[in-house]
Amino acid sequence: MTDLFSKFDPLIETRRALLATGVTDPFNLVMERVVSPTVAMCNGRETILLGTYNYMGMTFDPDVIEAGKQALDDFGSGTTGSRVLNGTYAGHRAVEEALKEFYAMDHAMVFSTGYQANLGIISTIAGKGDYIVLDIDSHASIWDGCKMGDAEVVPFKHNDIEAMEKRLKRIPEGAGKLVVLEGVYSMLGDIAPLKDMIRIAKENGAMVLVDEAHSMGFIGPNGRGVAEDQGCLDDVDFVIGTFSKSVGTVGGFCVSNHPKFEIMRLVCRPYVFTASLPPSVVATAATSIRKLMHGSNKRTHLWENSKTLHKGLRDAGFTLGTETPQSAIIAVIMPDLERGAAMWEALLREGLYVNLARPPATPANMTLLRCSLCAEHSAEQVQTILGMFERAGKAVGIID
Amino acid sequence: MDRAATAEKIAALIEPFNKKGVAISDATTFAGDLEFDSLTVMDFVAAIEDDFDIIITMNQQAEIENYGQLVDAVVKLQG
Repeated sequence: MTDLFSKFDPLIETRRALLATGVTDPFNLVMERVVSPTVAMCNGRETILLGTYNYMGMTFDPDVIEAGKQALDDFGSGTTGSRVLNGTYAGHRAVEEALKEFYAMDHAMVFSTGYQANLGIISTIAGKGDYIVLDIDSHASIWDGCKMGDAEVVPFKHNDIEAMEKRLKRIPEGAGKLVVLEGVYSMLGDIAPLKDMIRIAKENGAMVLVDEAHSMGFIGPNGRGVAEDQGCLDDVDFVIGTFSKSVGTVGGFCVSNHPKFEIMRLVCRPYVFTASLPPSVVATAATSIRKLMHGSNKRTHLWENSKTLHKGLRDAGFTLGTETPQSAIIAVIMPDLERGAAMWEALLREGLYVNLARPPATPANMTLLRCSLCAEHSAEQVQTILGMFERAGKAVGIID
Repeated sequence: MDRAATAEKIAALIEPFNKKGVAISDATTFAGDLEFDSLTVMDFVAAIEDDFDIIITMNQQAEIENYGQLVDAVVKLQG
């Protein structure tokens, strides 16, 4: 018998060798208690959270919590069914209405996760004979959406406008074209030149899908994302987003002005063949989205946090993923996985949680310590974080 | 462009990516013999696409494991 697990042997060995150095397993952390959007108890220690994508700190908002509790009382713990059968409650409609208002778009469709939103929309709208042109650094859910569908898949170099244009121009005459971009790329925290890319996509007859998972609520005058910030949201055919970051719960969505968009509810398999979100989740999401419409003070503070952390880490001598702070994500580049894991552990001992990101999830096989800031991080917390980074970085030998 | 001329052009294009100077035949594999990782594949494919003004989709790339298959595919894609 061939052991079907033998294909995982190289990864099992990498993991064994890493843990043999005595480092704490970075992929097995337990949050024993969560105190606030920015603090949790880990290994019995109070830990500042700097890797949770909880950009707007909505997870403990009193109105959000109250809405969830009320929905539990009124609608029960779950829907036990598909959106197209028994799984659409008043709350599912209400959250879709909130999304339509938030984005000022005609249609909104809520999925059970952000992953499923990309998987479902991409695999369904791009079919056999169509072409998907996408950035090579796209999120796994975008790639999996491509793999699940029957379209031809054409990647281009990250954020390379010319490479994208060349590929669009080589697509056979008459074929359907979908360009897939992200507002913020989550690994390095860099943003896309959406205005130019979308203009070129349109000039070449392509429809455009933009994943704004890491920008919703924060970037753009109304928090609609990078496309809004660059003044090109009207040219985006499909915006994909998630409830698991700024919104502070779980779920995914697509908003669109396409006149035939509603047919998606019948033909999109990851929407149809799964249970809908629990009533408490859609109630918290709807409340949170409506509050995010008025979040401009929080957005300003989050930008301050991002700028302070970026400058502080640079001044301390760390290598960062972007020259300037472009989003609420700041990626600290580690020399290799071993020292990255050691630094991660040293930070945890200091009382700071960040994400350890490693190949193959990262571009160019980098090991990253990914920091995501929250609007609820106080200015003092950001200074504390900088002190922790400096001490840990010196102890592990990442900086002098 | 015939197979010989195409092969000659690809031989020149692959040179900067063949860091270990592996002797290349039609049977040389990209993942195994040349040890191309996904980033190298992307850059190498882009170089070929730009030079021949073609698209080699991911779907087509999945069918190409060795050098000979690549040359055949590029000959075909030029129409």
